[in-house]
Amino acid sequence: MPRAATGTKTRRRKPSAKFSVGTIKGAARDIQGLIQRGKMPFLRFPQRSLGNVKYSDKVGYFELGGREVERTLTVNTVKTFAQTLKMMALSKELIEKDDIATKREAYYVSKNWDDARFDDQPESDTVMEDVEAFFRVNREQLGFIPEEKGGEVAGRLKVLDRDRTTGRQLKIDLTRFGSGAYSIPISVEHLGFDTDAKFILAIETAGMFQRLVKHDYWKKARCILISMGGVPTRACRRFIRRLSDEKKLPVFVFVDCDPYGIANIYRTLKVGSGNAAHVNEYFCVPQARFLGITPDDIESYDLPTHPLKEVDIKRAEDALKNDPFFRHHKPWQKAIRKLVKMGVRAEQQALAKHGLNYVIEHYLPRKLRKREAFLP
Amino acid sequence: MARATGAVKRKPEKRDDRQLSLVPVSSPKKSAKPRPEGRSGKPAKATRPGGKKRRRATAESLATKQRDISVAEFFTKNRHLLGFDNPTKALLTTTKEAVDNALDACEDAGILPDVHVTITQLNGGERFRVTVKDNGPGIVKAQIPKIFGKLLYGSRFHTLRQARGQQGIGISAAGMYGQLTTGVPIRIVSRTKRSTPANLYTLRIDTQKNRPEILEESQVDVEDWDHGTEVGIELEAVYRKGPHSVDSYVEQTAVANPHATIRYESPDGEVMIYDSTTTDLPPEPREMKPHPYGVELGLLLRIFQASRGLTLKGALQNNFSRVSARVADDICKQANVRGSLRATRLAGDDVEAVYRAIQSVKIMAPPSSSVVPIGEDLIIAGLKRRYNAAFYFSCTRRPSVYRGNPFVIEAGVALGGDLSADGPAQVMRFANRVPLQYQKGGCGITAAVTETSWKNYGIHQPRGSLPIGPMAIFVHMASAWVPFTSESKEAIAHYPEIISEIKHALQSCGRQMGRHLRAVKREGEEARKRQYIEKYLPHIGIALKDMLGLTDRQRDAINGKLERLFEKKAR
Repeated sequence: MPRAATGTKTRRRKPSAKFSVGTIKGAARDIQGLIQRGKMPFLRFPQRSLGNVKYSDKVGYFELGGREVERTLTVNTVKTFAQTLKMMALSKELIEKDDIATKREAYYVSKNWDDARFDDQPESDTVMEDVEAFFRVNREQLGFIPEEKGGEVAGRLKVLDRDRTTGRQLKIDLTRFGSGAYSIPISVEHLGFDTDAKFILAIETAGMFQRLVKHDYWKKARCILISMGGVPTRACRRFIRRLSDEKKLPVFVFVDCDPYGIANIYRTLKVGSGNAAHVNEYFCVPQARFLGITPDDIESYDLPTHPLKEVDIKRAEDALKNDPFFRHHKPWQKAIRKLVKMGVRAEQQALAKHGLNYVIEHYLPRKLRKREAFLP
Repeated sequence: MARATGAVKRKPEKRDDRQLSLVPVSSPKKSAKPRPEGRSGKPAKATRPGGKKRRRATAESLATKQRDISVAEFFTKNRHLLGFDNPTKALLTTTKEAVDNALDACEDAGILPDVHVTITQLNGGERFRVTVKDNGPGIVKAQIPKIFGKLLYGSRFHTLRQARGQQGIGISAAGMYGQLTTGVPIRIVSRTKRSTPANLYTLRIDTQKNRPEILEESQVDVEDWDHGTEVGIELEAVYRKGPHSVDSYVEQTAVANPHATIRYESPDGEVMIYDSTTTDLPPEPREMKPHPYGVELGLLLRIFQASRGLTLKGALQNNFSRVSARVADDICKQANVRGSLRATRLAGDDVEAVYRAIQSVKIMAPPSSSVVPIGEDLIIAGLKRRYNAAFYFSCTRRPSVYRGNPFVIEAGVALGGDLSADGPAQVMRFANRVPLQYQKGGCGITAAVTETSWKNYGIHQPRGSLPIGPMAIFVHMASAWVPFTSESKEAIAHYPEIISEIKHALQSCGRQMGRHLRAVKREGEEARKRQYIEKYLPHIGIALKDMLGLTDRQRDAINGKLERLFEKKAR
């Protein structure tokens, strides 16, 4: 069991299945040791920000940089310090009892911590993320689960799951959901796949997803449709990644043409988030490509637009200046600059200007014929 | 007398339409404005027809009207100059003149003052009786009528040393005001020693001739009263509370005179007793000859004319402080006037040359023995008599000089405690231990307090205003010649030397205060830190215990160790 190095030695902990109660105990023992030797205990975390993230094409996702922050026990940190240790203890208890707690539940558990309790949930979420980053693991490994749903799937796919009571394998045929769709579960590691689809199409809005499902677009195009519903959750990213890796399927992304669709939704799906870079390796889809809507599309399809808001412009400029992903890809810089210069944004639904099913009959087929033109 | 009373009744009606109650008027709304116009208009018209035919006046006819104006008559027409502008202020001024005289008299005689002030409202109206009784040396029988019944009669005008009263105008003016508004004469009882009975006088001032008119003169027996003076004046007045009130005057006088015992019975029947907090009488201020730098040309001329039998050099040496033979020679040389000339025979040009020479010759600063400050400890003792504050600070500056007049500035600050935290600081201004209650805005002290940067000492202060917070500021100027802005002695003039001294004194208080506030803040922070640590530190031990399955003893050991670590760090 690798001992969790707290402070004295800095050892990179890779997220791994080997993470266990022992790792937590090791960290606790280190702290105890420091105190016993008459030293102020401290915790060392990777710095969690876009500034401490590296990107290279070869790796394909945001990697954690080397910068770390040290939180020494002082008057000002004593409260968070105690809370971080309490959160670790809660995690240990969950793992030992093979239980789980949602973020919200963890917050409520803290209400039993006397003075160390959290006053509101954002406080407890931050401490939870600290613990996650400290051990460089995924919060699910700590026994904490998110509340949010993972996204919806429709199309030519059979998901292999297990019946929880009998343990028998379940084969869920997604073509048999009619006008409904399959929900991605919170944990996707145990799932298997069976498909004859040619590609995966990840879609930003539920509205567009509904249209494509209703008109059996997946049948015609032989694909799997996934609705992300905004920025994809970790489960959604992991699901797409595993499906794509296992079945060697290309992933195309279809979002609004605005800085949010590009810099937040698409970027997070492809290379992960800056804030939880220690787990990006698993929660990213480096093979994803950007189908549309591109700034060029606005012109060539003569789409109706709305002006960019001030936050949009700020987001775009931030992406150009600080985001290692966009800084790496010249075509993206060109595209974003063009968008800012045009000063407008266009939604997926804007294609309806040319007829409700224009997107199915013309836009997507035309785009898919020139896949090499997709933005990286 | 009847005429005099009539004259007064007319005046407030004209000048002060706020005081309607003074004049019985049936319909107040009509009365105030149209009347003065109508009055001045009618007589003018009436005299016109005659005036057309002949010259209005000739030099001869004017000459018949030209005559001496009595000081007392002047006063009745210009009473605002002496602080009797309105009935509220009249009550304050009357009390103040009597108490100032009482305190001066006691201190001159080396007696710890014990002053009783009683103000009684008579028959429910705007008539009050002010009685001030002291334990001073008393007044010789023959002098009593002059002191109280004649304006400009006093012992201090001709000397240069620190005292409350100066012109010998105050108390007799108060008496005259009473006489004018009520017709009741001033009543004095005074006893000089145990072996003699007390003398009682009731006096009226002959306003035409400025001389006392004795109405009653007798000897009375007074028990348990060895020496002292009691003055009683009845006057028309209004009693109000607030910063301009008699109550406030008594409070502030108690602050600046910690050696005095003051008992005050207000018209409400409230009795305030301020027992003296020290038995040390302030040292007696020495009389001082004028310093050449402070002398104006006219005074110089007068001094020389009075120097019969002296040469110019001798006159300079004899009449001024800090003029040695050498300095006198220097002045003569500089003026190009022979020092051996007779002072009385100097030509006007020569005097002017001497006057100018004085300004350019270097002369030692005047002695400061004519000025007696209160002292830092006693300022604090005084502040404690009035305020229940948390902290007190004070500063007495070293003597300084403006225009040849020595002066000492003192400042004090009372902070926190029962003082109100909202609103600007209270500012108490004093000149020779006498509170200045009017003309706050025009006073050099207020200017100095405003110009002092209180923010440096942790006190909030809006730009160009008084500081804000639970504090009272005390400023005292002691000098043989305090430069008041007007004869009613309400505000100190803005001499740069004086303002700068006041600011220095305030800054010294401010620095003490800042040091103190910082220490208090630091202590508070440390307590907060300790509390914070005590609150959260145990959870570290608990969490480690949970994770490592420690025993309670191991947990306590960890927490004990952590506590010691923090203690060590704090040190």
